[in-house]
Amino acid sequence: MADKVLKEAERQREANEASLSQLGSLIYEQIQNREFPWIMMQSRSADNILFDQDLRQFILGDRTTRRHSRNVRNIRPFTQFLWTAWFARELIRLRKTSTLREVYYSARGQRDIEFKGQDESDYTITDLEVALNRPREAFNIYPKDRGAIFGDLTIEYTFPPAYEGQTKNLTDNPDGAPIGRSLASSKFLETPADKVIVIEKDAMFSRFVEENVHEKFNALLVQTEGIPSRSARMVIRRLNQDLGLPVYIFTDGDPWGLHIAMVIISGSAVAAHLRGLTTPDAKWIGVWGSDVQKYKLPTENLTEQDLKRLKEIKADPRYDDELWQREIDIFLKMGKKAELEAFSAHGLTYIVDEYLPAKLESL
Amino acid sequence: MREILENSLDACEVHRVPPDIYIRLTEVEAASENGASIYTMRVEDNGSGLPSEQIPHSFCQVFYGSKYTLKQARGTFGLGGTITILYGQITTHKPVTITSSTGGDIHEYEMMIDIEHNRPIILRHNVLDNKKGWRGTVLELQLEGDYSRIKSRLLDYLKQTAMVNPYADITFVDPGGRLFRFERGTEMMPPLPQPVDPHPHGIDVENFRRLVTITNSKNMKNFMMDHFQGVGVKTAANFLEAAGINPRAKPRTLKPEDIVKLVRTAKEYPNFKRPDPTCLSPIGEELLENGIRKELGLTEDDFLKVVTRKPSTYLGFPFIVEVAIATGSSIRRQFKGGTTIIRFANRIPLLFDESSGVIWKVVNRNIHWDTYKVTSDTPMIVVVHVCSTKIPYKTVGKEYMADQPEVEREITNAIRTAARSLRLYISRGVRLARERHRLDIFAKFLPKIAEFAAKLSDREELPDIAPLLAAVSQTIPEVEKKLKEVPDIGGQSS
Repeated sequence: MADKVLKEAERQREANEASLSQLGSLIYEQIQNREFPWIMMQSRSADNILFDQDLRQFILGDRTTRRHSRNVRNIRPFTQFLWTAWFARELIRLRKTSTLREVYYSARGQRDIEFKGQDESDYTITDLEVALNRPREAFNIYPKDRGAIFGDLTIEYTFPPAYEGQTKNLTDNPDGAPIGRSLASSKFLETPADKVIVIEKDAMFSRFVEENVHEKFNALLVQTEGIPSRSARMVIRRLNQDLGLPVYIFTDGDPWGLHIAMVIISGSAVAAHLRGLTTPDAKWIGVWGSDVQKYKLPTENLTEQDLKRLKEIKADPRYDDELWQREIDIFLKMGKKAELEAFSAHGLTYIVDEYLPAKLESL
Repeated sequence: MREILENSLDACEVHRVPPDIYIRLTEVEAASENGASIYTMRVEDNGSGLPSEQIPHSFCQVFYGSKYTLKQARGTFGLGGTITILYGQITTHKPVTITSSTGGDIHEYEMMIDIEHNRPIILRHNVLDNKKGWRGTVLELQLEGDYSRIKSRLLDYLKQTAMVNPYADITFVDPGGRLFRFERGTEMMPPLPQPVDPHPHGIDVENFRRLVTITNSKNMKNFMMDHFQGVGVKTAANFLEAAGINPRAKPRTLKPEDIVKLVRTAKEYPNFKRPDPTCLSPIGEELLENGIRKELGLTEDDFLKVVTRKPSTYLGFPFIVEVAIATGSSIRRQFKGGTTIIRFANRIPLLFDESSGVIWKVVNRNIHWDTYKVTSDTPMIVVVHVCSTKIPYKTVGKEYMADQPEVEREITNAIRTAARSLRLYISRGVRLARERHRLDIFAKFLPKIAEFAAKLSDREELPDIAPLLAAVSQTIPEVEKKLKEVPDIGGQSS
């Protein structure tokens, strides 16, 4: 089993590396043909980002854009692009990973390549993702770790080299295992759990662990620390697709909580070029507007900004669904919002003892 | 020293020889407590020389010589030189030695000035053989001064003098024995100014009175016609009528109040002809360009535009404005960024009080340099030469000019004309700089693209970027060629 896992990971690595070499060859040959090097990729401008109803996520349309080196304005970004490709290839070859921030700083060591800010290097990395149609994780480039997972899940590391083949059960650490690059690239071996509960806040995640939610409800617990990182989204998706576990999402009952849930379900516009980050079957189960009324939760007033955001969401194609529309309308009508912690008004364990069972029951 | 040098230049010009001038300062007595030393100053020229009998008076009598006609001259011959000699005598009590020849015998005088009676005291007079037919004047005197303090200004003065007298060869040996040579750039000399009678607009009471005392004219009508330019029978009659003076009156019978009345009326009287500019001697565009190029060491790549305006007049005095603008890398090397003004009046450099004068005002207030694409960092030299029978100096110090509206307007127009060419040069330069910048950028990044493309695709050999670089630099030679042609647009030539 372990061998098979490693073989698959190795095959992926080679494919990723090959895509980068091919990019190098393409440009090499363009220069030999007396052509100012260029590459074609899908445009990421707003009018080329479409919502695909079948995939239930944003995708890029047919419009393409060219990155070229033919004029003074473009040659520097083009060089940076190529450097980034080379850097990614070195990462893969050396079996190292890098954060986005480290990429930015690595370029600082290169004369004339250095990025003006991390925005610029992040943008270039996105270019590379679009051009080669692979997520940056394929190039061993990761964002800062965020989020954690807890529960009876056994994983096998494929990375870093020193941990290759080692297995680990995720109940080992009661604070949860951070969802980092090693965990994200590990193989999920087995779990007795029959569901995944995603919580947006680490405080509520700790409460769930403390109250043995994972045992009581036979669940894996994931906390996203706000908007989930790509690694967290990938992990949630794999739990759903590879292990067939249903995913339930708990967020604050406000437009930002709705957004967090939707990013897990349908992804974001900025990742329209990527697949494999969404979990279309995941369910948002609270805190709903109707819960606020039903459980008489203490509330706060919606701010101007909240109202504006709610109205935007209401018109967003991702929320074009009966449940979402109904709950958005309730929030708008109430003019109120409620956090997950609001359940504490009924006692610290109320959310686990009363609300959660009732919610899961109702589905 | 300035005055003596100017006299020498004048002497050579009258004689139509390209001047060779040699100046030497030697220290004879080291610095006293107040920092001043005694120097021997020797000035040699190859000018016309002076007849023996004129030498004592020319050099040792203040206000020698009389001028009833007008022409452009550097200083007032006789006064400046004598003042220098007087200064030397007052500070050192030593005589002056003048050696001069007009081609015949050489006369050597050793003299002092009798200050009380304003006359020369001849201490020694030798007559020497002149076998080689030497012509010129040598003056040697002692004076007190502090060379180290005035050194930089003196050298500026010589450099600028050389700039507007490109046909002169000036050598200066300083007290430290260091030799400064300002070589001539051309043998060509500007035409001599022709003496003309004064214009009635410009006459003052004192000069009018002097004319009255020396005139041979029998009556006022003839007097006006004989001594003033552009006054004919009709004009003389009409003018005298306007002044209320009998045309048949004898000039010598004029009362002081009559003279005042005549002078006042002359200033206002509208029907005189325009003043005659033949008495002016502008340097000319060709000579000025030669002088500026050689003294500023301009190369082919630098920009220089010279504009000589047509004659104009103010208060009855004719004048001509000449302007030059220079910019380029040679200017930046010597002067850094920003504007440097170099001023001349009747070919004399003006070194002091720049910001009080009309030229400064024109350059810094009247001209909107943005229009001509000049920024505060553009290295630029603005040369302004005003020549006139009477330079509108603001003070007796003769260091800066007053803002006579006519003069100010002419300077402004001249600078604008030159600046229009400058704008073209700068915009072409900007384009060239942009092209070069473009090439620099490609030269910087293309090798890196080649490097990373080779590394990424595991190739040892780098792809050849030379054809791409050649394509980028294609437009540069064309712009460079254009840049060398100094644009000439709407420039006025005399």
